[in-house]
Amino acid sequence: MGGIPRDYIINRAITFVLTVWIAATLIWIIPRLSPVDPAEVMLGRMASGGAFVEGSDQILEQLRERFGLNEPLWVQYLLYLRSIITFDFGLSAASFPTPVSSLIAVALPWTIGLMLLSVIITFIIGNALGAFMVWERTPRIWKVVIPTLMIFTSVPPILSGLLLMWVFAVQLRALPLTGSYGLDVVPEWSLDFAMSVVEHGTLPALSIILVTFGFWTLGMRGLMITVQGEDYVNLAKAKGLRPRYILYKYMVRNAILPQVTAFALKIGLLVSGQILVERIFSYNGMGKLLYDAILDQDFAVIQGVSFIIILMTAVSVLLVDLLYPLIDPRIRQSAERVA
Amino acid sequence: MTDTTQSSNQTGPTVDSAAAGVVDTSMASGRFNRFDNPWLNPKLIWGVCILGGILLLGVIGQFIWNTELVFTGSTPLKLPPFGFENLRRQEGLAEFPLGTDGAGRDLLALLIVGTPNTLMIGAVASLIGMSTGIFLGFSAGFIGGRVDDVIRIFSDVMITIPPLLILVVFQSAFGDVSLFMMAVLIAGFMWQSPTRLIRAQVLSMRESGYVKMAQLSGASTMHIMFREMMPNLIPYLFGSFIANVTTAIVTAVGLEVLGLGPQRIPTLGRIIYDAINSGALIQNLWWWWGLPTALLAIMFIALLLVNLGLDEVSNPRLRKM
Repeated sequence: MGGIPRDYIINRAITFVLTVWIAATLIWIIPRLSPVDPAEVMLGRMASGGAFVEGSDQILEQLRERFGLNEPLWVQYLLYLRSIITFDFGLSAASFPTPVSSLIAVALPWTIGLMLLSVIITFIIGNALGAFMVWERTPRIWKVVIPTLMIFTSVPPILSGLLLMWVFAVQLRALPLTGSYGLDVVPEWSLDFAMSVVEHGTLPALSIILVTFGFWTLGMRGLMITVQGEDYVNLAKAKGLRPRYILYKYMVRNAILPQVTAFALKIGLLVSGQILVERIFSYNGMGKLLYDAILDQDFAVIQGVSFIIILMTAVSVLLVDLLYPLIDPRIRQSAERVA
Repeated sequence: MTDTTQSSNQTGPTVDSAAAGVVDTSMASGRFNRFDNPWLNPKLIWGVCILGGILLLGVIGQFIWNTELVFTGSTPLKLPPFGFENLRRQEGLAEFPLGTDGAGRDLLALLIVGTPNTLMIGAVASLIGMSTGIFLGFSAGFIGGRVDDVIRIFSDVMITIPPLLILVVFQSAFGDVSLFMMAVLIAGFMWQSPTRLIRAQVLSMRESGYVKMAQLSGASTMHIMFREMMPNLIPYLFGSFIANVTTAIVTAVGLEVLGLGPQRIPTLGRIIYDAINSGALIQNLWWWWGLPTALLAIMFIALLLVNLGLDEVSNPRLRKM
């Protein structure tokens, strides 16, 4: 990372650490403000599951010990911070002896896979459409079609998800309704399994893409309008360069940079949107894990999932922030001048 | 046009320079009022009209429709809207024009009660967030120094944390919450972007001629903030407010679809949650999940239109399209 000024990196790193620390602290404080005792909730679950629990007071005491609830608050806090850094979120109450981290380890790849796929497709489609909306050589039909497609922007993906489910899975029966792979295939590296995953992933991904590309289109349109009036574009036209060349090399390349920063601000919303999509599609990712945990009042899982998702968001923001100076030399230079 | 304004000015006992000013502004406002008032662009008008319509549905509906029908078991189960037939060959009744749900509630009554609740959460959360944002943004931009650093870093940090997840932790720890409490909780994540926006605007305005002028003429800080700067911020503030209403409603619906939020009060998200959980999709009870979904979608589209309209007010470059 030779090109990036050190101050910039330090600044971003501090923001990252603060974000994770504040999120972790919030997740820790909130349940402690609540009048509900997690150990009792857990015992209540066990009692409701297995009728009578022998010596419940002793178990309660043991659970309190396990949660560290008998220590002074600050010791609890430090213990918590230590365990959360090592991704130790304790044991799930619903599937009792399973550690929360192993539940998350199973769900996480599904979420990341679906997210990467839909984000990349959305970014490309959205920015391309935004650029074409402004470009004067775009066929007129597109200038009607694109704004019509934009109606879906700002509708959250759960709503588009419900609509797509109804049309493609219930009415047309073309694609599966829920799940992340079919019940008739074994999870292994085979063609059948891959096909099943793609089939099940299409609708969730589509419901995210359909409603989020408009954000990029709108942003890109605004940026392209600004770039369109710049002198270097007029000069390029006067030089008689090919219009397509001007579009890609002169206009899009200059307009797209702020879109990358907009991305950093949008990640949080994208993640929450996807969590909900996974919940309605019963997709095996973090969303379903979270929803099941809410139903079961499985607090350790709720905490773990929330923390991991926030961590994921913070890491992506950090990555975008660190990559940005590499693609935009102006940031590099102005930062150097300030430093 | 010019003649009339000039003649009217000549009748008034004004000093020359002030008269010139009056002529200028009246000419400008006359021209813009007639043909180019940025506040009268079609997107803004459409958006406001649709939102107003949705709000009216809730307000007038309470008077002309029996809202007692939102209680469980007050109607037959799973009846389709009037004029349709469900899978059991039952026809919709005119008594329940939008059909009924799986727990025997009239859908029209649910929508009439639920829609204002959903809008209320959005508006209250956004309003609280906005006020906090105005306060923090002005403080950061004006006071500067240490205060600015703290506010800037804190809002940078909080803007990366997805509100949904913290709220999930909160509500699953506390259980049932009231509608207002939900709005307040969401507001805790709605102040960051207004803060950043206002801070940036205040920083750039502080250097501008008219603020310098006001400072030199001895205007108080309050006067500069609220009389000189605030009017210029209004389109941004409106835009940010509307964007936040959208985010707040999305967050509220998200929490409700996860089964959290107020448990006994009908909201649009709650209706969708009940529908999904009862397998309304598989059973083809499209009116149950479809009507609240459509209403929410229309609401979001209207909010987007308002926001685009406001964008055109604050950024004239966008107007040509």
